[in-house]
Amino acid sequence: MSFGQLPYDLAHLFGGAVLLLSFVLLYQRRISAVINAFATQGALLALAAAWQGYVQGAMGLYVTAAIAFGAKAVLIPLALHRLVRRFNLQRGVDPALGIGASMIAGVAFAGFALLVVLPATAGQRALAREDLALALSVVLLGGLMMITRRNLISQVIGLLSLENGLILAAVGVAGMPLVMELSTAALVLMLAVIAGVFALQMGESFQSLDTESLDTHRGEGE
Amino acid sequence: MSILTGLVTQLLHLALILALAPVLTGCVRWLKARLMGRRGPHPLQPWRDLLKLVKKRPVLAENASIISRAAPYVAVGVALLAAALVPSFARGMLLAPFADLLLIAGLLALGRFAMALAGMDVGTSFGGLGATREMAFAALAEPALVLAALIFAILAGTTHLDVIIGIFQEGALGLRVSLGFAAVALLAVAVAENARIPVDNPATHLELTMVHEAMILEASGRHLALWDFQASFRLTLWLALLAAVFLPFGMAAPGAGPVAWVLGLGVFIAKMAALAFALAVFESAIAKMRLFRVPEFLGAALLLGLLGAVFLFVSTGLS
Amino acid sequence: MLIALALTLVVLAMLSLAAPLLARAALGVRVVYAGTACVSLVFAAGGIAGLVSAAEALALPFGPPWGAMRLALDPLSAWFLLILGLSGIAASAFAFGHVAGTEAPRLLVPYPLFLAGMALTLLAADGFTLVLGFELMSFASWVLVAHEHENAENRRAARLYLGFAALGGAALILCFGLLAAGVYAGAGFAALRAAPPDGLRALAILLLVVIGAGSKAGLVPLHVWLPLAHPAAPSHVGALMSAAMTKAALYVLARVIFDLAGPAQPLFWGAVLMVLGLASAIMGALRAALEEDTKTLLACSTIENIGLITLGLGLALAFRAADLGALAAVAAGAALLHALNHAMFKTLLFLGAGEVLYGTASRRMDRLGGLIKAMPWTAGLVLLGAAAAAALPPLSGFASEWLLLQALIAAWRVGDLAFQIGAAAATALAALAVALAATAMLRFYGLVFLGRPRSPRAAGATEISGVARGALILPAALTVMFGLTPGFLLELAAPALRLLTGAGAGLSALGGVTMTVSEGGAGYAPMIVFGLLLLLGGGVAWFARRQAPGIVRGPAWDCGFIAPPHHLPFGDPATQVSAAGMAQPLRRMLGKTLLAAREKVEVPPPGDTEPARLQAGFHDPVLALIAGPLPRARDRLTVLAERLRDFSLRQCLGLGFTVLLALMALLILLERP
Repeated sequence: MSFGQLPYDLAHLFGGAVLLLSFVLLYQRRISAVINAFATQGALLALAAAWQGYVQGAMGLYVTAAIAFGAKAVLIPLALHRLVRRFNLQRGVDPALGIGASMIAGVAFAGFALLVVLPATAGQRALAREDLALALSVVLLGGLMMITRRNLISQVIGLLSLENGLILAAVGVAGMPLVMELSTAALVLMLAVIAGVFALQMGESFQSLDTESLDTHRGEGE
Repeated sequence: MSILTGLVTQLLHLALILALAPVLTGCVRWLKARLMGRRGPHPLQPWRDLLKLVKKRPVLAENASIISRAAPYVAVGVALLAAALVPSFARGMLLAPFADLLLIAGLLALGRFAMALAGMDVGTSFGGLGATREMAFAALAEPALVLAALIFAILAGTTHLDVIIGIFQEGALGLRVSLGFAAVALLAVAVAENARIPVDNPATHLELTMVHEAMILEASGRHLALWDFQASFRLTLWLALLAAVFLPFGMAAPGAGPVAWVLGLGVFIAKMAALAFALAVFESAIAKMRLFRVPEFLGAALLLGLLGAVFLFVSTGLS
Repeated sequence: MLIALALTLVVLAMLSLAAPLLARAALGVRVVYAGTACVSLVFAAGGIAGLVSAAEALALPFGPPWGAMRLALDPLSAWFLLILGLSGIAASAFAFGHVAGTEAPRLLVPYPLFLAGMALTLLAADGFTLVLGFELMSFASWVLVAHEHENAENRRAARLYLGFAALGGAALILCFGLLAAGVYAGAGFAALRAAPPDGLRALAILLLVVIGAGSKAGLVPLHVWLPLAHPAAPSHVGALMSAAMTKAALYVLARVIFDLAGPAQPLFWGAVLMVLGLASAIMGALRAALEEDTKTLLACSTIENIGLITLGLGLALAFRAADLGALAAVAAGAALLHALNHAMFKTLLFLGAGEVLYGTASRRMDRLGGLIKAMPWTAGLVLLGAAAAAALPPLSGFASEWLLLQALIAAWRVGDLAFQIGAAAATALAALAVALAATAMLRFYGLVFLGRPRSPRAAGATEISGVARGALILPAALTVMFGLTPGFLLELAAPALRLLTGAGAGLSALGGVTMTVSEGGAGYAPMIVFGLLLLLGGGVAWFARRQAPGIVRGPAWDCGFIAPPHHLPFGDPATQVSAAGMAQPLRRMLGKTLLAAREKVEVPPPGDTEPARLQAGFHDPVLALIAGPLPRARDRLTVLAERLRDFSLRQCLGLGFTVLLALMALLILLERP
């Protein structure tokens, strides 16, 4: 139950790697690099879920791992790459808040997550608390990415990265019922499909995916 | 008896560094060439170049002052001392009680200052350009190094390098997230300090893209040989530091016999080879960054170091 | 010893009185400066005596019977008195060496008063005397800052300085008033110590002393006067202001917070000081790396070092609040050591800049360059000062910086998670400030002394000699010596550390020649480092020079220079890096966010023969606040206040009556049980 034991260390390392990739997502300036980083994050999440399945002996987690890998590491990134190629979109990310300021905000959010989680979970196992803090940081960083990027694809990736954090939290806790994870995953996947359809429509009408350009067209409906 | 063994190991270590440093630079160059499909110069080529250069008199500009004549010796002395403090195959060397991470950072800063002064001495534009860029990058790399030292100091209780390596060698720490973040931060600092891609291209011929090379454009003869030596010593120092802290197995304990030294030497050379290969692969795989993206790179390393420290506080507070 | 010090104050007063007469002859001017140098020597000796022997107190027969003027020499005062003495010797010697004929009385009269004011502040043992010394110090330095009042810039600097000095003085008076509020026997320090404040009164005292002493020391955001006032004063006065006056202000801060406000303060007091110190350190270092005037650059560097000292003091306060006495001693030791080291290298740098000003008549770095050829002694000594300011081993700046970083690295032991996170960020920011300072010092030295001259005046500079050279040699020698023996200095300062942090538990861990931190055994042995550097560098030099002895001179390569034009035989200065050019990377990286740095390029349309213009600049956001919104708010308030003039007789009476009723209501509120 302490550092120096391989199962807990590896789980920790996977969680830390997912958090590191959230920072990498904030740092990138090109769309294809963002999509690739997201694919890597999905793959690491699948590894983390599989490892937790091995350690806890829960078969359901293997299913989660497979779904995470299939959807987040393969299918969604492929679809996004095709979207970018189809509309021949500008390859920059166009952040609303500078890269440096986003990183500083990211570290501040991670600090917040720690300061929130620790008192709230007093009395639990040390490693479970730190895992939960890592997962909450990933959630907050996904939210940060959603609000500080103007490109629609980046915002969608922020939402999916937020869901990665939720899945990380869920697999870390022993005994989480599979049905809850699957329903959350299905909900977010549906959101992503809707966002994809929206992106297609927007791309065809405006030839760009900059959500700020929508502001000038408010009220035009009928 | 222990002082004698310490002295012997220190002298052997110094000789090893002196012999190995240019070979290491040559190996990295050769590996990069091979990875790019060229045959590449022989790994011993830097030694041949240095021996040829040392025998030539330097040509100094008419208005160069004593700074140009003294700075190479200061820089080489500093790099040698810093490299002598970082253990390679054995711990407990004679100078081990003075090996402090912050002192090593200070010595590197002194070497950098000497090089920047030499760059500004003649009053050429590229020298000033290189000097100001180098110091600006260092301004962001230093905090990341200090944060990595903070993480090690929390884990080991001190910034004393020998003690840190000893505690890491015992292996009771396990794989920690904070150490992973510290490793990333330290790798970014190492890349910036040694003027490697993506911060600076060591083989560039375009002066406007130079950072490190621009400061020694005016150097020639034995001065140029000394500047190249000190660059090799710094690279060896950084790779040895990374190997000693993150791959601490195989080092001979203080007071062990020559058998342990030979074993430690073999492991050290293997570690250096692996790190040189990793460096060559990394440099071949990515492109050099735009100059004003480098602060973002170093700032990201700094923030990762801060995050690692924050997570370490949590683990230390709980366990 | 204290009686001797009190007598020196009388000597200074007499020198100042006689100054208008003595100013009429060069010999008289020399007598005044020699007198101040001797007095400074007595100060230094008194400082050392106060550190090694027991504390003394003296009651003078001035003042009302219930509050006689009291002087005392305890270890904390003695340490800062040592700093004052050493800087005073160097500054007075420099002024002595540069006497050329008669001097204006307005330069000669305030100088001894300035020294006397600082000494009185340090030796005071009751609130009235301390405030008296503080105000005397401010007033005398203001007269010296305003000495070149023909220049509009200097007038503005003096106005700003007077405003901030008045603000600081008022805040200090209020602070001591609040401290003495619970005591009915005058404001003597012994009485104040016996009745420490608490609660809201303590918070008000903290705020007021930070405003009062912090504005004089140069803590952000009350620092805006410093980069304007320190350069406007004569060189030796500027050196004293940077080296000694700021330390006197920090002494007042330390005295009030550590000593008079009680034996233990809550953790957030330390956090406040740390935040202010860090902000000053970063702003000062960044501005120093961007400024184009030598003395303004050095003044901004002062702000940075004061920030680091305040960081150390705040850290010591936090450790004391968390009951970690040994670590508090380490942090306070770092702060005091850095105060001494900074005084020495800043005096050296300011006097060197003054020397350059005498030799080339210019402070602007875009007019200097190549002075290492014309002024080799100055260049060599200033190199020592610049290297110390850049915190390079084995000089003094590195020793105190190392100790401060060790204290910061140990700050996580305090235990409060929010404080730990703050301390980690503080470590990173302190390292950033030090690295920025190194950039600033390299830029300063490289632009002024290296390269080629950028103007004919720089090519024709003359070297110093005699007493002025000695005035630079003294701080340089002390910088080297303090760098090699920091452990000895910490042992000397041990009584002062005990006073600051309560029982000095961890002081035994600080050895003689080396410095070791008790927790974990990290050590720094400067003599060994220096010896090894000499050995290794010398060995390499001996070996390399044997292979091919001698050098060859030739023209500079640099991808080929073109021949210099006829009127500039030393080469076209435009082909060198300029001050703004050297500042560009940092201006773009950090200046955009912190200092509102802007670069503007105006390109004329094609066909137009006008040149393109590049304008790059920055400004201090706090100064913009003072120059912009604050005066507008003041004008609006003035307009509102004008309405009072239109009051009729009845309304005036009503106003007075309302105020009386309000005060009575306040009394009722305060008298409630």
